[in-house]
Amino acid sequence: MNSQSSRVPAFNGYGVWAIYKFEMARALRTIWQSVVTPVITTALYFVVFGSAIGSRMTEIDGVPYGAFIVPGLIMLSLFTQSIFNASFGIYFPKFTGTIYELLSAPVSPLEIVIAYVGAAATKSAALGLIILATAAFFVPLQVLHPIEMLAFLILISTTFSLFGFIIGIWANGFEQLQMIPMLVVTPLTFLGGSFYSIDMLPPAWRTVTLFNPVVYLISGFRWTFYGSGDVGIGVSLAATFGFLLICLLIVGWMFRTGYRLKN
Amino acid sequence: MQPVISIEGLTKTYKSGLQALKPIDLTIRKGEIFALLGPNGAGKTTLISVVCGIVTPTTGTIVADGHDIQTEYRQARSKIGLVPQELTTDAFETVLATVTFSRGLFGKAPDPKHIESVLRELSLWEKRNDKIMTLSGGMKRRVMIAKALSHEPDILFLDEPTAGVDVELRRDMWNLVRRLREQGVTIILTTHYIEEAEEMADRVGVILKGELILVEEKTALMKKLGKKTLTLNLQDPLQTVPPELAEWNVTLKNEGHELEYVFDSNLEKTGVPSLLRKLSDLGIAFKDLNTSQSSLEDIFVSLVHRDTGAAA
Repeated sequence: MNSQSSRVPAFNGYGVWAIYKFEMARALRTIWQSVVTPVITTALYFVVFGSAIGSRMTEIDGVPYGAFIVPGLIMLSLFTQSIFNASFGIYFPKFTGTIYELLSAPVSPLEIVIAYVGAAATKSAALGLIILATAAFFVPLQVLHPIEMLAFLILISTTFSLFGFIIGIWANGFEQLQMIPMLVVTPLTFLGGSFYSIDMLPPAWRTVTLFNPVVYLISGFRWTFYGSGDVGIGVSLAATFGFLLICLLIVGWMFRTGYRLKN
Repeated sequence: MQPVISIEGLTKTYKSGLQALKPIDLTIRKGEIFALLGPNGAGKTTLISVVCGIVTPTTGTIVADGHDIQTEYRQARSKIGLVPQELTTDAFETVLATVTFSRGLFGKAPDPKHIESVLRELSLWEKRNDKIMTLSGGMKRRVMIAKALSHEPDILFLDEPTAGVDVELRRDMWNLVRRLREQGVTIILTTHYIEEAEEMADRVGVILKGELILVEEKTALMKKLGKKTLTLNLQDPLQTVPPELAEWNVTLKNEGHELEYVFDSNLEKTGVPSLLRKLSDLGIAFKDLNTSQSSLEDIFVSLVHRDTGAAA
């Protein structure tokens, strides 16, 4: 029995790789939905806000308005696409029933999370870079801290993919799958300083805005571009890690109890 | 014989309050074909799902190939292959991709040779680059079997493997199961087609309302409960059963053209010779006669009735 046990490794790397490849192949099959649509949407934002309206706006913190909105727009895509990719990735097998295979396979909850969230985060981070490249066509760009920018991109992609994964497990229908991104994330992102600096708000509203967690994420990301943000970079990082930790705890609880995965 | 799966005190009560499994104790022997028989909703799929890790047991322990399925799920599950009842497949994937995926998921290093042989055996090799959604229902069923065999399991669960499949596939499936048994694979199948259990199984378990009411060698079971039916095709139809035949409890079938006598073939005195003598005494002539062994289905029906009768 012992010789047989030793053939089963402590980490199912082949399993993780199989799921990861499966998820990436799914993205390539739906390349229009995964990449082209968000890029076109973002390009429209640049045309409208960057060129048409932006040319009549003053600079914010010494940054032209068109360039100022780039980090916010990347974040907007990153949030929605991470959530969409990861939630759909785990919801769809639940919906079609193919999840039986995942549940009967020798993969641990951690491995499942690494594979699904890793694939969703990879897709989002790649999309973020594609949007960044697109933005460079429309506005003069500068990235003061490229390494931090990349790290932040990956961190946010991972965190929101994890959040999406939770939504995917929680959702009992396609409507619920869309609900959180549409009703919570998009409004918070729009009101979280994607298109403006919160310093531009009246003091009372600025205080209210500080309760919006998305402010800290966008501010941190903007800092990696222009060296300044609405809040300090340390606060931004702490907020991001805090959110990541909360998501990890929820996922851990879901797998421990089999929540909406197992009977 | 060596046990390959030991189930002890297993129960499952769903959140809805439905008790799907009453305490179940069952040992599956290494290398056997075990048929789990029962009507729809009896708990067959729940039992399989618990062993495979899809459903969490309420109480009880299950050891598969020496490993507890909960604490050592990695070792246990890597030995087990499952073909579920529902045809659930990744519609947009190709046959080859989905079977290769399954092997990886179960932690096995890539082995294109093995995948090829599985696909060939299931007549899927020509279709390997086709998307699953373009396949017929029978082909999809083959794909699901190929997925379950992709990681070379020692224990294979087939949940209603031939529900709604054509005759050819059913025969292929039976052949495949026999070949797998020759390779030493233990096979547990659920079915409500008795003929399937009769054709393939070494042992039969009957499950009814979440209770395992019987586990027996198939041959012993058939012998034990084996009734035979003698059918006589009469020369001239009878309107009623003559009172002289009352002690044999015969019945008339087919508008009085057939006389049926059910007897226990294990008894010393079956009553057949005396019945035939009596008939000739009464001048009742018959053209033909035949006897038939009662099938597992009859046995099953009588068991189910006995059980529900006792409960009522």
